[in-house]
Formats: sequence, structure tokens, C-alpha cells
Amino acid sequence: MSARLVRRDHLAAWLFLVPVIASMLVVAVWPLGRTFFFAFTDAFLDDPSVYSMVGIDNLIEVFNDHTWWLAVRNTLTFTVISVAIETALGLAIALLINEAIPGRGLARAAILVPWAIPVVVSTKIWEWMLNDQFGVINKLLEALGFIDHGVAWTASGSLIMGVVIFIDVWMTTPFMVLLILAGLQMISQEIFEAAEVDGIPAWKRFWSITLPMLRPAIGVAVLFRTLDALRMFDLSYVLAASNEKVMTVSIYARDRLISFQELGVGSAASTWVFLLVALVAIIIIGALRLDRAAGH
Amino acid sequence: MTDLFLARPARKSSAYYRVRRQVLRVLQILALSLVLIYTLFPYYWAFVSSTKQGAALYRSVLLPALDFTYYRELINNPVFIGSLLNSAYVAVATTCLSLVIGISAAYALGRIDFPQRRAVLMIILMISIFPQVVVLSGMFELINWLGLFNRPSALILTYLLSTVPFTTWILTTFIREFPRELEEAAIVDGCSHLRILMKILLPLMGPSLASTGILAFILAWNEFLFALTFTLTDENRTVPVAIGLIAGTNRYEYPFGQIMAASVTVTLPLIAVVLVFQRRIVAGLTAGAVKG
Repeated sequence: MSARLVRRDHLAAWLFLVPVIASMLVVAVWPLGRTFFFAFTDAFLDDPSVYSMVGIDNLIEVFNDHTWWLAVRNTLTFTVISVAIETALGLAIALLINEAIPGRGLARAAILVPWAIPVVVSTKIWEWMLNDQFGVINKLLEALGFIDHGVAWTASGSLIMGVVIFIDVWMTTPFMVLLILAGLQMISQEIFEAAEVDGIPAWKRFWSITLPMLRPAIGVAVLFRTLDALRMFDLSYVLAASNEKVMTVSIYARDRLISFQELGVGSAASTWVFLLVALVAIIIIGALRLDRAAGH
Repeated sequence: MTDLFLARPARKSSAYYRVRRQVLRVLQILALSLVLIYTLFPYYWAFVSSTKQGAALYRSVLLPALDFTYYRELINNPVFIGSLLNSAYVAVATTCLSLVIGISAAYALGRIDFPQRRAVLMIILMISIFPQVVVLSGMFELINWLGLFNRPSALILTYLLSTVPFTTWILTTFIREFPRELEEAAIVDGCSHLRILMKILLPLMGPSLASTGILAFILAWNEFLFALTFTLTDENRTVPVAIGLIAGTNRYEYPFGQIMAASVTVTLPLIAVVLVFQRRIVAGLTAGAVKG
């Protein structure tokens, strides 16, 4: 192709990209820039036009706030534990559905149900099922003789983080199952047949063939789920509003910004959230690259 | 082969293997039933609870009482119907806009070779994973400046932040799958890119657009943070926020029956669509992640 035609192609490409670039400038780049800017001002939400520059005072204020660090700890605890459980459970369910057993088509459809339900609705359903007096879970545990009287799952401070993780696992394991299942179906069946003919036991086939070949699929799924878990807002908010036991960094930032009307400090908190997520993303992507470089 | 057989203990009888296989089969079916109960029971229980009145709600009988009083109340509740309409309007408008923006971008990213293609894709992916709360301050100012605060239309604008990167990414992987030969003749004839997209590719992309559209719709229908922040009064709420904010006069009078009825109502259409388009949805969800 002549150079002129190639240039015309490049121009056409950018023309087709105009809508996406324009919309992202308006709803992503500009608001993000304004958030960073407000982080250095003492503005309040009722009148953002009145402000003076205060340097990094807001960033320091958030950094020295005990509640902020509680929120960071909650967010990290929630992310690590729930993503770990989701990966293990997702892998187990994916392996099960991948087998030729009756009812697998049904299971494949059913697995989409928790995923499609809005977070708010899932939270409300589980809140009702885990109700201390009338919840069906307590009734079941009582009938089976595990407990004498209803456990206050959502009211007691020590259990509520467990409840949040439990609900999140229910909602997002389907996503893991789908991604791992897609990975499983890309592995050629011949390797397994060869191994089976050679008399390699099932657990070893899983450990030495399935798991290494699934690594890329699991890696991508873990990356997406981790970044999604780090920004979790609705589940904790609907279950416990601003309860410090399950307050996430997103809830902390929104509280400062909307409930306390502190545009400056709230933006500073958002900036810290951004840095936290960026750091975790870089670490995970780096780990995946190393993994690939090491030959897996 | 032979030494492998020699190394192993004597071959067990075929009856042993048959029994083993049957036990394994039973265990698998048992495990599958557990998975089905785990995924489906909560939604079933929400339905059961939504049809029980008064004291029946607190007795954990597993069968529904089929009393639809709460549903009648919901239909006659103008605020709830209003929030349903708001949700539908916002989600449909967001989906259409995102599909148009996404298909245009996907054509450039999937069918034209230009040097910055990978960089653009990476930036779009990065936008889709950063936390929404980070843009909240700037978005608040933008919404106020546009005079859209407490209007459902404000939500359409803010939802583009998550739906546009998503549709762009998935449609790019879909559009790449078509063979190059499709448009080669058209290029030789000097056909413009816009015509190639409109006349050759778009007619083939119905299924891709459907699955991407459903996913974008679900994303918009379920959104909570922006909807909570940018609407103030009941008549402008979307459904998730309306349900999230239902509260009783105190902890012991929590209206669980009504909440469950509302929950079932707003999720039934989603679940129906998801089950009907099951294969397309799975294709869309995995296309972006596995091949990207």
C-alpha cells in the first residue's frame, strides 16, 4: 500500500476513535484531574468555587486519620480473603461442571443467577436469610443442633466482616467459574488421554497438567476480581452503612466528600484510593509478566 | 508402556473399576446438587418470603404461601414504579450510547492497523478498572455545572465511565474474529471505512451487539454508587438505591417481606434475559478476558 493510503488509514482510525476519546475525556480524564486538583484545596461541597490552595495538608490529614487506616485494613482483608476463596471455589466448580455429568447444563445456567442479581438485592436477601431471630440460616443450624440460639451474624462486630466476605463469594464466584471454564475448554483433550493411558493418577494429572495450563486464565481472573474487590462500595454500605468494622476505602472517601461535605479532604482520600489501587495493579501485572517470562 | 504396567501393582478386576466409577459418579452428582442449592436457594427463598404475610414470614416454611399482597402494593406504589421507569430509561439510554461509541472505536481498534492501537486499548482497559469513587469529586462538579444534579439523565453520563470501556473492549475482540477477506474486495474497490463498517461488518454483528448490549444493560441497571450520590429525591431514584434505602421504623419492624417482593420484581427480568441468552452472555464475558 502506498504511504498516502496508509496515512489515510491512520486518519480514519483516529476519526473512528473520536467518540470514545471525547466521552472518556469528559467522564474520566477531566473529573479525575479535578479530583487531584481539589485534593490540594480547602473547598467545601456547598460552594466549590470558594477555596484556597493548602498544599499537601489534606493528604497528610487523611494519612494521619486512624479511620482511614481502618478502612485500608478492612479493604485489604476483604480483598485477599474473598478473592482467595472465590478462586479456590471457582476452580472446584469449574472442574465439576466440565465433567460429563447429568445436570451440568442446568448448573451452567444456574451459576449466572447470583452474578446477574444487583449487589443491593443480593445483600438484602442474605441479610434476611442471616437475620438473628427469623433468618432461615439460624433456623437450619438450630434444627441441625449446631447452635442453641440464633447467632447475630450482621449485628455483632466480630462476625460482620465474615458475612461481607461470604456474600461477596456468593455473588462473584460465578465470574471466576466462567473464566476458568473458558480456560479449561482451551486445553486440548489429547494430553489428558495420553496421560490417562500412561496410568498417571488423577490428582497428578490435575497438578501437573490442568493447573499449569490454567495459569493464564486464573491470572487474568484474579487480576480483574482483585481490582474489583478493592473498590467495593455497595455491599458494605447497604449491609452496615458506615460501620467501621466493614468500612472500605471507597466508603471512607465518599463519607468525607458527601456526608461531611469536605470536598478538599474527600478528594485527598480519593487520591489515596487511586494510588492504592494503582500500586496493587502494578504488583499483580508485574507478577503475571514475571510468570510469563519464567516460561509458564 | 510395558515397564509402566510392570511397575504397577497387579491390575484390579474390572468389577472394582466399575464400582469405583459409580461411586465417583454419585459423588459428582451430589456435589453438583450442592452447587445448584447454593446458587439458587437464596433467590428461591426471596420469592418464598415475598409471598408470606405477617407471622407466616417468621416461620421458616420452605413452600411459598402464594399471597401476592406485597406485589399488589408495589404496583400501586407510584414511587416504586417511578424508580423502575428511571432505571429502565437510564439503562436503555446508557446501553445504546455505549454500543454506538463502542462499535465505532472497535472498528478502528480491531480492523485498522495503526501504531498506537495497543496503547489506546491499554488506556481503555485502565479506565475500566479504576475505582469510581476516585472521579466522584470532579463528577459532582461537572454534574452541577451541567445543571443535571438530581436528574436521572446525570446518571447516563456518569455510567458511560464504566460501560464505554467495557463495550469497546468486548466489541473489539468480537470484531477481530471476522476474516480479513470480508472487506478486502471492498478496500480494493476504494470503499470508505464507514461504508465497510455499515454495509459489511454491522449486518454480521447482531449477536455480538446483543450479548455486549445485555452485559452493558446489566452493568447500568445494577449501578449503585453514582445513583446514590447524584440523585437526591425519591422520584428520581433508580431501583437499586430505592431498595437499598427502604428502612423500617426500627430494627424489629424491618419490612423484609416488602423488600423481598421488590427484589424479586427487579431481578426477574434480568434473570429471564440471562437464561435466554445464556450462551451469548458467557461468550461476551469470556471474550474480553481470555483473548485480551
